Amino acid sequence: MLDRLTEFFFPKQVSTYASDIDSLYFFIFYSSVVLFFIVVFGMVYLSIKYRHRKGEDLKLTSSKDHSNLLESMFFIIPLILVSITFVWGIRSYLKMVIVPDDAIEIKVTGQSWFWTFDYPDGGTTLNELVVPSNKPVKLVLSSKDVLHSFFIPVMRSKMDCLPNRYNIMWFDATKEGVYDIFCTEYCGTGHSQMGAKVIVMQPAQYDEWASELGSEDDDLPLDELGAKLYTKKACNTCHTLDGSALVGPSYLQTSQMWGQERVFDDGSSTVIDDNYIRSSILEPMTKIVAGYQGVMPTYQGLLSDRELDALIAFLKTLNEDSQI
Amino acid sequence: MSNKTKQNYLNHPKGIMSWLLTLDHKRIGLMYLFSGILFFFLGGLLALVMRFELAAPGNDIISNEVYNNVYTLHGAIMIFLFIIPAIPGALGNILLPLMVGAKDVAFPRLNLASFYIYSFGALFAMYTIINGGVDTGWTFYTPYSTQSSSNVVPMTLGIFIIGFSSILTGLNFIATIHKMRIPGLTWYKLPLFVWALYGTSLVQITATPVLAITMVLLMLERFLGIGIFDPALGGDPVLYQHFFWFYSHPAVYIMILPAFGIISEIIPVHSRKKIWGYKFIAYSTLSIAFIGFLVWGHHMFTSGQSVFSQIVFSFITYFVGIPTGVKIFSWILTMYKGQVSFTPPMFYALSFLFLFTIGGLTGIFLGAVALDIHLHDTYFVVAHFHYVMQGGTIVAFLGGLHHWWPKSFGVMYNQTIANIAALGVFIGFNGTFFPQFLLGLRGMPRRYATYDEQFVELHSYSTFWSGILGISIFIAVMNLFWSFIKKNKVDPGSNPWGGMTLEWTHTSSPPHPHNFEEEPVLQHGPYDYDKVIVDKTYKK
Repeated sequence: MLDRLTEFFFPKQVSTYASDIDSLYFFIFYSSVVLFFIVVFGMVYLSIKYRHRKGEDLKLTSSKDHSNLLESMFFIIPLILVSITFVWGIRSYLKMVIVPDDAIEIKVTGQSWFWTFDYPDGGTTLNELVVPSNKPVKLVLSSKDVLHSFFIPVMRSKMDCLPNRYNIMWFDATKEGVYDIFCTEYCGTGHSQMGAKVIVMQPAQYDEWASELGSEDDDLPLDELGAKLYTKKACNTCHTLDGSALVGPSYLQTSQMWGQERVFDDGSSTVIDDNYIRSSILEPMTKIVAGYQGVMPTYQGLLSDRELDALIAFLKTLNEDSQI
Repeated sequence: MSNKTKQNYLNHPKGIMSWLLTLDHKRIGLMYLFSGILFFFLGGLLALVMRFELAAPGNDIISNEVYNNVYTLHGAIMIFLFIIPAIPGALGNILLPLMVGAKDVAFPRLNLASFYIYSFGALFAMYTIINGGVDTGWTFYTPYSTQSSSNVVPMTLGIFIIGFSSILTGLNFIATIHKMRIPGLTWYKLPLFVWALYGTSLVQITATPVLAITMVLLMLERFLGIGIFDPALGGDPVLYQHFFWFYSHPAVYIMILPAFGIISEIIPVHSRKKIWGYKFIAYSTLSIAFIGFLVWGHHMFTSGQSVFSQIVFSFITYFVGIPTGVKIFSWILTMYKGQVSFTPPMFYALSFLFLFTIGGLTGIFLGAVALDIHLHDTYFVVAHFHYVMQGGTIVAFLGGLHHWWPKSFGVMYNQTIANIAALGVFIGFNGTFFPQFLLGLRGMPRRYATYDEQFVELHSYSTFWSGILGISIFIAVMNLFWSFIKKNKVDPGSNPWGGMTLEWTHTSSPPHPHNFEEEPVLQHGPYDYDKVIVDKTYKK
């Protein structure tokens, strides 16, 4: 019964402290329901019982306006309930902030509008946080630009990412699976697209994954690797493949204009070719396409040369006519 | 009594200039009222645009950029142009001098100046809309607001200017309450609405300067590149949050205390019963105003502040909750052994008790640090503060309008339509915002223009009911205005509800230009329904 209710109100419980927080929720929830029914019942009962009936004369009403017993009850019962809530809230909170010593440490960087994860043994991922199950994971969070907030509903945890200092959060994932990550601090145009996934693996599987991190894509043909990178490196947050404009121009449009002039907001123009794409990825703020805002972060250091080649190859495949 | 040529503040003196340059608190109140309602409709329209965009995931109607502008303007207009200035400005101005038996507020010219300062600030906000909007959220969090290319400066300048209007109105009200009461009207004989205005004014004059300074610092940073909040310039964004919430949490009490005052008037009058726990309600108003200054940190539970701060802020937060809870019980017990009439104002008051209780109780969830971390910046928070601000303040405001409408204009609206609209507001409101608690619990973040498939059902449900809510509010307000134009106006008499405070017992409806034809003499307390049966008409 309680499990069914928990499922109704909450996402899955995946961290060790999640059930504790949900129990606190249900304690407040049931207390509130009782208090709420007292309020509504009192309101309905008194207003109907003492309603002014048709034809009844106006009369002098009771001068009763206090009752020490009732008032002390209204004071003491909520006081007891909120005291329990307060202490419970703090005790559970301490579980959420005291990081176990053996936690593996992953660096999380928020940036408009994607997440970068740096792993302890080298290697990074974008928008995919991979962690082992049943092992504490400590996240060190910061931001490269404006405020972001890193929220994993199934873990019941959340922490702001600041550009000038590090914040810490930790969890111990109890169930393998793929779960949502959301940005919960407003960060501009792409805020609602700044989602990511956390992938919880068996520890053995995680170790294997970590050792292969970065090398798995070596065998892929360039255009297939590019297609993969398009979502993996969060290009899709701002650039569509169907020609519609999001934050930035669609890849399809760029692909269709291959070899033609592109006009920038300062009036200058360039022919779209491999070098233009490369510099647009590495130095996006130097040439801003007319009609768009210059908001793209640089991918300098986030993409290898092979990955850059792959993205360019992928972009070219989008338009059949542009096979040059 | 039914002498048609009788002078009242609405027909004497005549001419547009006599309105624009009026020093009469009632006329100034009406100007606040009409501009407030205008902004309320504008903000409401923006809310509906948002809801319809969110009926389905994806950008169906508007793009991310437009959505961000719409939600920012919705919040900024509702808070800075409607709730904070217009509710005390309208009902407070119209009623305060009448309730204390004065001819006007302490400084009538300053009062007019406040209105024009407010209008001037509002012009900047309107310029912001015409010039392409602002997309930072009404909180203007840095460093986004120092970097955004939208109209941050005109909007913050507007808010800065409106702040002065708030401060001056607060000063004026405090001076009026201290100095303008008629002989015999001691503090404990004041209507509780006056106590509420007193608490509100204290917060206005003490908290608003902090907001003003914060807005100036933000503008300095944008104009001169002085590093205060932007880390790229050497500033600290969390400092901004401290400054901002040091004002904006007390501002919650600027918004809700007048509502408490309105409810404390409506319930005794329409229950014909002495109010339960007068002194408790009066003092809790002041203590809530004071404690409200000490809890700002609960807006920052995920900002990374120290564990010690988290514990302290959580602890103090619960101290606001308890007096508020006791107030709710006091209002309910007021009906005990009374004669309760189900008039439109009473419907709104009962609706307030229901909705505000949910708003208050869900605040308890958010005050518990461990749970807040999950709920922070999700739809749970959105639902919570709408239950407090709309279900609380705006429902009470609508109740107050219906309560004092016959007093202010000498006409009565159609009470059946008013009751139906009140029911529509109640159902539409719950339908709109209750699903949002569930959305938040399930992890839906706020300020999202698009969202994940898993949230569709609850979002579309919320959107459907928001339409009903919008229509009901529109009908409620139009029904009030219809009372001006309908033929065969029925004179409701000066005191249709049988109120006991001076504005009901000692002057006609609408009141005389100078409020009272002679200085009123206090014959009974504000809620002495156990001692006197008041006549429903004012006899002169």
